[in-house]
Amino acid sequence: MMSLDLLIFALTLTAVSGLPGLVMSRTSLWSQRIAASLMSIGALAGLIGAFGALRVPVYATANFPWPAMGNSLLGIDALSAFFLVPIFLMGGLGSIYSLGYWPQRRHPRDSKRLHLFWGGLVAGMALLVLSKHAMAFLLGWEVMALSAFFLISLEDQRRECRRAGLTYLVAAHIGTLTLFGFFVFWRWATGSYTLQPPAGDALSLGVMNGLFFIALLGFGLKAGFMPLHFWLPGAHTQAPSHVSAMLSGVVLKMGIYGILRILSLLPDPPVFWGGALLVLGVASGLLGVVFALGQHDLKRLLAYHSVENIGIILMGMGLAMMGRSLGRPEWVVLGMAGCLLHVWNHSFFKSLLFLGAGAVVHATGTREIDRLGGLAKSMPWTAPLFLVGAVAICGLPPLNGFVSEWLVFLGLLQAGMTRGTSGALAMVGAPLLAMVGALAVACFVKVYGTIFLGTARTKAAVQAQEVPFSMRGPMIVLAAVCVLIGLVPMLVAPILDAVIANIAGEVDVRQLSLTSLAPLEIIGAMSALLLLCILSLWLALFMKDRVRRSVITWDCGYACPTSRMQYTASSFARTIVAMFGWILRPRGQQPQLQGSFPDPATLQSHVDEVVLDRFIIPGFHVLEQCFGWFRRFQQGLTQHYILYILITVILMLGTLLPFREIFTFLITR
Amino acid sequence: MLGMGLIETLIHLMLLLLLPPLLLGVINKTKALAAGRVGAPYLQLYYDLFKLMRKGMVLSRTTTWIFPAGPVITLAAVMLAGLLIPFGPFNAPIAFAGDLILFAYLFGLARFFTTAAALDTGSAFEGMGAAREVTFACLSEPALFFALLVLAKKTGSLTLNHMLHGPITVFPAPAEAPLVLVALGLFVVLLAETCRIPIDDPNTHLELTMIHEAMSLDHSGPLLGVILYASALKLFILSALLLHLVAPFQSGYMYLDWLLFVVETFGVAVLIGILESLMARLQMKRVPYLLTGALLLCGAGFILLVR
Repeated sequence: MMSLDLLIFALTLTAVSGLPGLVMSRTSLWSQRIAASLMSIGALAGLIGAFGALRVPVYATANFPWPAMGNSLLGIDALSAFFLVPIFLMGGLGSIYSLGYWPQRRHPRDSKRLHLFWGGLVAGMALLVLSKHAMAFLLGWEVMALSAFFLISLEDQRRECRRAGLTYLVAAHIGTLTLFGFFVFWRWATGSYTLQPPAGDALSLGVMNGLFFIALLGFGLKAGFMPLHFWLPGAHTQAPSHVSAMLSGVVLKMGIYGILRILSLLPDPPVFWGGALLVLGVASGLLGVVFALGQHDLKRLLAYHSVENIGIILMGMGLAMMGRSLGRPEWVVLGMAGCLLHVWNHSFFKSLLFLGAGAVVHATGTREIDRLGGLAKSMPWTAPLFLVGAVAICGLPPLNGFVSEWLVFLGLLQAGMTRGTSGALAMVGAPLLAMVGALAVACFVKVYGTIFLGTARTKAAVQAQEVPFSMRGPMIVLAAVCVLIGLVPMLVAPILDAVIANIAGEVDVRQLSLTSLAPLEIIGAMSALLLLCILSLWLALFMKDRVRRSVITWDCGYACPTSRMQYTASSFARTIVAMFGWILRPRGQQPQLQGSFPDPATLQSHVDEVVLDRFIIPGFHVLEQCFGWFRRFQQGLTQHYILYILITVILMLGTLLPFREIFTFLITR
Repeated sequence: MLGMGLIETLIHLMLLLLLPPLLLGVINKTKALAAGRVGAPYLQLYYDLFKLMRKGMVLSRTTTWIFPAGPVITLAAVMLAGLLIPFGPFNAPIAFAGDLILFAYLFGLARFFTTAAALDTGSAFEGMGAAREVTFACLSEPALFFALLVLAKKTGSLTLNHMLHGPITVFPAPAEAPLVLVALGLFVVLLAETCRIPIDDPNTHLELTMIHEAMSLDHSGPLLGVILYASALKLFILSALLLHLVAPFQSGYMYLDWLLFVVETFGVAVLIGILESLMARLQMKRVPYLLTGALLLCGAGFILLVR
């Protein structure tokens, strides 16, 4: 009960964190300082509460007798607490980061708005995770969706920013509408709006299928797996960087939370649900990373990597669901552990990478990868921190990404060991996940190499300077968490066990702890051994003061290499982009060179968002044509709209009329 | 029992650390003999390593700490991978459920830092080499996984020790068809990962066509030595993996078995040497086809097994 009170306190504090700033003057620096400190205190309280609830698995509820919201219930269980950790961690770190990244002095116009909606976003997510009733859930969901919209379109003076915001808003509202439909359906099927497991076998298979696939659509639009990811690259690119970090690291996870919550409430599913999740996961994983390879914009590239990582999360989830259907506790434990740990890990390393991208943008003013270079020398803090994120997201040892991917792998292989086709099919996921890993390495070598290594390609990159401590601090915290989970993965095992027990359905997993299936302590020891090896080799090699000479890069004998001779990010990824040309559809202009001394020529190549540009936008154009007649009702006259409101109110009041009594009265007369 | 285990581990470590450079000597000697030359002595790489370790180094002004870290991390990762793989009929020093994944991902870590170090120089040639390395790995890595999958499925174990010691049966039996396919695929992966002909030519003189050699153009002195040593280690480890499939012979006597293992490893080196004498390097654009072929072979092996 104690932790729930603490969490409600944290929720309230974060929700109002932006309010004091509203009454202050535009030039005052205190508005954002107050907002950041309120947010940090709230986040700290929330983290303590969430960890308290995770340490001692409790199920506490609190009633809010508010009839309009159907006497909303708030409650905390391990699953909720698990998702609260990244929300509050990133909420606090992001608000500190924004002190340096979006200072009031340079952004007097929109800084207050930023803090107001940042508070709204965090509080909305915390509310939806805590709520055990459909109405409070939808309230939190909508606050989150709208706050995110205002944060994405913060710089609404730019056209592409407005466009990205609008695409996001449409996607978010289709999602919300689907969820309204879902909860009405839920009410019809279970007889209540509370998020409690329905009694007995009240649900027929058809109803369960309906519920699951509507939920998958509604929550999937938020989670952003293929092909529902179309809003994601634009939104993540145009938002301020710490907002992108929050969107990618945490907001997407709310979709995952929704799916997990619904799955935890439903009885054991048919096996094809797990199969569908697994296939969706593999498709998102592969296509996400391949699309990422084709990007030139750093934040857009990172956005596509979110699609990839959501894919890996879904693979774990799919495996666990197959385990639930087939009654295999070890699949459930390994798959779910991989899924959940990757939720955390992705929120840590992806936030770290986006904050690093923000630092790069802050220092150079550009997001174009091919305009940067050599930043490792001028930004001695950001570069290694970004490297930690890059190694972690590739799933390489000794960092946290490896631990969760290893759990997913182990689950898939374990499934393949058992007899039966579903296990063998699940096993095919393993080589595909390995391919995703190899492609991710290609992508992040490209990113890190082009941005931080080599020499500066433009003047902006030459003049880059390290960012202030308020921006470095949050990155250091996130990098430390990445290293910690990589080296001591045993720490998270009890937490994961508690959450898995929540989602396992009828499969009995109480006998199986995660550490009995997966030797996490050996993984930790191997990571430590690896670091030790590296350290001792380094010392052995550089202990002796060797003769060193500094020269220019050899470059096969050419004496004055320039920065323009470096391999670019586009060339680096060219072969892979060509290999996947059938889906990426790269667009480009080949230069025409003529004569012995041709004129200067330019080469361009782009990889567009296939789903948005080829399906969604043409589809909406068709819809627009079909509904051309509807424009008649939308003339922009205030009087008309007041009339519509009046008609709606009359109709709604009309439903209160006792029609039956009136009819019987009329007929009997 | 503990004593035996300790001796095994010691021999494992000794072979892992000392034998690999000799393999390259055998390959080069085979190639020289096939071309009618005398060739460099078997121990040439040891001499080179000693020479390089005593030298100073020349560093490019463009580089950062990533540049020396590349070879160091590569060597550490490859050494650790060597501790996971069992040699011959003996057990690996470190074994746990799921160590095959760590084995594959350690190579991934090595690749990340090798290619990052290459990009650190800002040279176009090293960028090219790095790009090719990561591109081809996208095909060879799933192939390796399919191969490990077949072994895992066949033996019902997720520990490299059991997986690799499992498939000891009379070889050309029909039930072993998946293993034949996998062995072929794995051989191509070995050639790709260790940058041998027909994927890459370690002796080419043209930087434009290099993969692995292009990435080490700027490394000198001890760093170059570390790179050479690490790639020899990689060759040794992957041949030890392959040997479990193609030559699962054992005598039952401990020291004889170690000897047998060493001889078999030289056999792989001779095979690579003969192949390099007979074939030319493939065109760069055809390499993906070869690797896709390897991927399909391993995948077909998997399908045969679970059908």
